[in-house]
Amino acid sequence: MPDLLIELFSEEIPARMQARARADLQKLVTDGLVEAGLTYASAAAFSTPRRLTLAIEGLTAESRPVREERKGPNTSAPAQAVEGFLRSTGLSLEQLEKRADKKGEVYFAVIERPGRRAPEIIADVLDATIRNFPWPKSMRWGSGSLRWVRPLHSILCLLSDEGGAEVVPLSVDGIASGNTTRGHRFLSPGVFSVTNFDDYAAKLKRAHVVLDSAEREAAIWHDAQTLAFAAGLEVVEDRALLTEVAGLVEWPVPLMGRIGDDFLGLPPEVLQTSMREHQKFFSVKNPKTGRIEGFVTVANTITADHGATILKGNQKVLAARLSDAKFFWENDLRVAKSGMAEWADGLKMAEWADGLKAVTFHNKLGSQSDRIARIAALAREIAPMVGADPDLAERAARLAKLDLRSAMVGEFPELQGLMGMYYARAAGEPDAVANAARDHYSPLGPSDAVPTDPVSVAVALADKIDTLTGFWAIDEKPTGSKDPFALRRAALGVIRLVLGNGASTEISTKLITHLDIVLSDIAMTARRQAQQSGGDFMVAIGQALKEVDGIQVPVTILDLLAFLHDRLKVFLKDQGIRHDVIDACLAMPGNDDLPLLVKRATALQATLQTEDGANLVAGFKRANNILTQAEQKDGVEYSYGADPKFAETDEERALFAALDHADALIAPAMKTEDFATAMQAMATLRAPIDAFFTATQINTDNQIVRRNRLNLLHRIRTICLSVADLTKLDG
Amino acid sequence: MSDMPLTGASPSAITAPRSFQEIILRLQSYWAAKGCAILQPYDMEVGAGTFHPATTLRSLGTKPWAAAYVQPSRRPTDGRYGENPNRLQHYYQYQVIIKPSPPDLQDLYLGSLRAIGLDPALHDIRFVEDDWESPTLGAWGLGWEVWCDGMEVSQFTYFQQVGGHDCRPVSGELTYGLERLAMYVLGVDHVMTMPFNDPASPIPLTYGDIFRQTEEEYSRHNFDGADTAQLLRHFEDAEAECDRLLGFPPEDPKTGKRIIMAHPAYDQTIKASHLFNLLDARGVISVTERQAYIGRVRALAKKCADAFRQTEAGADAEGVSA
Repeated sequence: MPDLLIELFSEEIPARMQARARADLQKLVTDGLVEAGLTYASAAAFSTPRRLTLAIEGLTAESRPVREERKGPNTSAPAQAVEGFLRSTGLSLEQLEKRADKKGEVYFAVIERPGRRAPEIIADVLDATIRNFPWPKSMRWGSGSLRWVRPLHSILCLLSDEGGAEVVPLSVDGIASGNTTRGHRFLSPGVFSVTNFDDYAAKLKRAHVVLDSAEREAAIWHDAQTLAFAAGLEVVEDRALLTEVAGLVEWPVPLMGRIGDDFLGLPPEVLQTSMREHQKFFSVKNPKTGRIEGFVTVANTITADHGATILKGNQKVLAARLSDAKFFWENDLRVAKSGMAEWADGLKMAEWADGLKAVTFHNKLGSQSDRIARIAALAREIAPMVGADPDLAERAARLAKLDLRSAMVGEFPELQGLMGMYYARAAGEPDAVANAARDHYSPLGPSDAVPTDPVSVAVALADKIDTLTGFWAIDEKPTGSKDPFALRRAALGVIRLVLGNGASTEISTKLITHLDIVLSDIAMTARRQAQQSGGDFMVAIGQALKEVDGIQVPVTILDLLAFLHDRLKVFLKDQGIRHDVIDACLAMPGNDDLPLLVKRATALQATLQTEDGANLVAGFKRANNILTQAEQKDGVEYSYGADPKFAETDEERALFAALDHADALIAPAMKTEDFATAMQAMATLRAPIDAFFTATQINTDNQIVRRNRLNLLHRIRTICLSVADLTKLDG
Repeated sequence: MSDMPLTGASPSAITAPRSFQEIILRLQSYWAAKGCAILQPYDMEVGAGTFHPATTLRSLGTKPWAAAYVQPSRRPTDGRYGENPNRLQHYYQYQVIIKPSPPDLQDLYLGSLRAIGLDPALHDIRFVEDDWESPTLGAWGLGWEVWCDGMEVSQFTYFQQVGGHDCRPVSGELTYGLERLAMYVLGVDHVMTMPFNDPASPIPLTYGDIFRQTEEEYSRHNFDGADTAQLLRHFEDAEAECDRLLGFPPEDPKTGKRIIMAHPAYDQTIKASHLFNLLDARGVISVTERQAYIGRVRALAKKCADAFRQTEAGADAEGVSA
């Protein structure tokens, strides 16, 4: 069985695209081969910055012949129908067979496809793969029309077995396949030919190319650690960086350098971010002090001076970068110390707070400064519900985003919040306030930790509720896959913050009061814009408010609540709570109180997992259906009190007693939101309800007895529905 | 992996250049030897070498093209009164543009690095993904920033679109940031101390001797001096003039020839772009307005590109494009 080797050799492929490209190449080629009737034993894909490689072992040498019979139109069918059949089968009229059928004589096409040799199939599949390769971004070059991630230079396509190797001939946009490739751009620039995968990998290694990215990663990590260890230091692990760097080199040579003493006072996150983002350096720390003291850069070449020139150059670039960072840091600290605390006290406007007035948050929602004022007001209001001091929460909210104007965050946006913490600390703010600056953006993703410090929780909630209310007010909601303002993330953040901290917030009232503030900001912003452009204030404000559809406050709020509920469903489903259970609880009053909702849903789900609980639902539904039908038929509602004196059977009397008993337990339990007790009590109704239905006919001739029984069913309905809307449950 | 045998060492030692101008001269001779027309800088204020019509306009249409030139470039917001070691509001770019992009453009480029004393056998040269986009020119391309020992020394781009037109064939564009590159080659830490001519000359001049004072003057001008009301008017004028020039019928009544004023109109686009940069430096353009201004310049660039495609130099081989 032959083996297949494919290499697509190009100019440098972006590191971030390589993993995906390996997988795509493997899938597209193997799927294509299999679809064409070939089978293979195994396949593996590789990449370096300049090549994508696929090795397939144990490929069948040809596809099996296929015989297919297709029934066509009746021989008396109109000519058009017959022509269509000929087109679809690719046969001529003489080649069709006529066969007798139930409805007369019918054309049959017998299509025989002979087996095809593997090279033919491979050439077709590879041609299609190259032309339709799903690069995230692709380009043309020169005068050609082919698209590839960067100019494609050569195609190696080789079938080999014990007998030797043959090039699979194909030509894509003027690039003919062959059996040659190239080594490292500088260390082994020549062209060489190969005979099979083992030969290819071995010759590449001799030509200073490590084909397997996993092997390059391992080598980089090993050598980097060895270098650090020898100096009594250790490399800070960074998987993403390791993968990226391995995608930038064919022959990795880690080199270690030290960070100048001048820069060791910078926060470790600043050092790490600057080195990673700009230079793709690993950070090296001193295990004794925990400080970042060095770096490892990974060169793509070996030099006569053992990398001395390369390291010197890198060190120089780093020094220039860190000089910038140090300048930013010192300047920012000066600003932080000079005016930040005073601003929070309301005595003096700090430079940054002033600057944020000029930064538009959103065209209709005003400046960052407007937004901060809204968040501060809301944080103050939320504070008591999450156990935070209202003064501290408001102060933290006013300070939390000031770092957006700092030079450091201007340079490294990913350090927002974290720098805020450093600067707040430097300004002498208490830890709770400083930490809120760092943590109030959290949680950022489903797996990101939720803040727990009450001040941070208050600010984080206020931040997200302001975002949601604001964008809802101006009707910028997520649609389909589009969510440019990350509102789904904000909603999930609210849910996780509330649930994770057991905060009891009736969100709807918060949303309504906050929407008022947002609307007034929208009006203010419109007024300001009118002032600048010389327009009429009242017209502008009227127009802005009309546009935002925010006049219909209840509609906006209900819509936003529905969105929050949707996100809650997704969240609870991930936690293993059934969607119908969530629906049954969402239909109950107080559904804007998220912890209450979750408590109810958890209790209901637990009840449904017991045998009594599950059967009770069936009993409830039966009762409810009979009652609903009777009500529709009779045109009345059976909600009179049922009277035990009309009970005829023991089962009926037992049910009366059971309902009285359950009622007495459920009503007080519901008052204290003790859903577990309420639902247990509800589940005890299962046996008496089942017994009642077995022994008793509802529809009897005696209308008094019938009415009484329907009224009894109504009691079942009322009691059960007081716990959760069981009609929403599946089954 | 440094235990592998060393091969591919540099064939011959390259002498190190001694001054800023020597680096420019070597690039000029190198690209002249490779067949580029060595053009002179465009005589207008531009933000980057790409704005030179030899790049923007000539990258359109099918006519083959190869040019290289130094372009003084201005970024008013980057003014630092000559104090920052790396930042200047007036600096030089070296620009190479070849259409269609030759298959060995990377090798040609690496040859130019060797020519100025950066030997790949001693340095770590890397092509790191960096997609280029000019929102004001309505242009984009894919390519890399080229790193030498961790420092970005050039931008390497395959143009895909310019002025809203697909580039067919594709031009290859190389842009060298001359000051930064030269500082690295010459081992200089502050741009102002960099030798401009040979340090052994009878009258040795540093970069600072020539540009420190102008950096101060223009920094003050860009940040505080420029008359914003007048700049705004000039922006509007340039915009209107561009439209007016393109509004003429193609037929010139005086000569009877078809003369579309694509280049004069494009000059107005360049002007508008620079005026916008100045206004930006003066801090009178808000975040929201910024996008609108960029859009206005882009609209001009597109119209000029459309017009150029109607001319002989910008047409497709089979004739003037529709």
